[in-house]
Amino acid sequence: MRIGVVTFPGSLDDGDAARAVRIAGAEAVRLWHGDPALHGVDAVVLPGGFSYGDYLRCGAIARFAPVMESIVDAAHGGLPVLGICNGFQILCEAHLLPGALTRNQHLHFRNRDQFLRITSASTAWTNQFVEGQEILIPVKNGEGCFVADEATLDVLEAEGRVVARYTRGNPNGSQRDIAAITNEAGNVVGIMPHPEHAVEALTGPSLDGLGFFTSVLRSLAGASTGGQPAGSTNAAEGQR
Amino acid sequence: MARVVVDVMLKPEILDPQGQAVANALPKLGVTDVSSVRIGRRIEIEFAGEPDLDTAREIADKLLANPVIEDFEIRSLEDA
Repeated sequence: MRIGVVTFPGSLDDGDAARAVRIAGAEAVRLWHGDPALHGVDAVVLPGGFSYGDYLRCGAIARFAPVMESIVDAAHGGLPVLGICNGFQILCEAHLLPGALTRNQHLHFRNRDQFLRITSASTAWTNQFVEGQEILIPVKNGEGCFVADEATLDVLEAEGRVVARYTRGNPNGSQRDIAAITNEAGNVVGIMPHPEHAVEALTGPSLDGLGFFTSVLRSLAGASTGGQPAGSTNAAEGQR
Repeated sequence: MARVVVDVMLKPEILDPQGQAVANALPKLGVTDVSSVRIGRRIEIEFAGEPDLDTAREIADKLLANPVIEDFEIRSLEDA
């Protein structure tokens, strides 16, 4: 499996994301913001950092990068895309995900190990978790407060598209403690904390982050062998 | 000068922690009769020729403001 990791000017966590991809057992393919070619990757990670200096709004300029136009098209076609931190902000700016990430309510940059509860295990990036499972991964953001209008939040809840919530303390004031969401198809996930920093005992607070990367491999394996992709198991059971 | 001004403000229902922090600092200046402060952004766009309000509106809608959380207003500087 080939997982693309995009580097924008100002990306910080592209190296760690590529490393997490390799530890999960896939080939990491570095993609460049100015190159619209996706080089045949099976999935894409948009890493954390401060793309284009985060001028104007976080992710606002990155959205117009040549590589993003290709990724938006491919995501509409089902390509699994994971946006982490700045990547989540870019996905919202690109309208692949609803809502927006705004300045932390308390105005402080938050950098700590954070507990989350996985609330959807039916996305391409979370099928290796169990719903209700609590995980511990680092969070580090200044503009991670997820906001959307009440109607949008209600739709996300009703459709099971809240993928993870903060537990044991909300680090940034996100509405309804939302840490991660997905699109309708479940192939695009945005998450504010950093799973790629929790894949090795030496440097991470846990190995819980690895599950995001092994999930997409399972999802892709299911798709390529003609089996049901992860997330469609309920539909398959319904046909029996 | 062919200049268009775009004012971008957070929508009223979106919390503005920066504005709150400024409002909370005002008593230190001896100001006690301010009930709210909200912070926005003013952007000046200079055109080579005549100011083009339609183009400015497109720029504001697609890039300068995020319609999920922000509203914007446009005017040419001569009107201001």
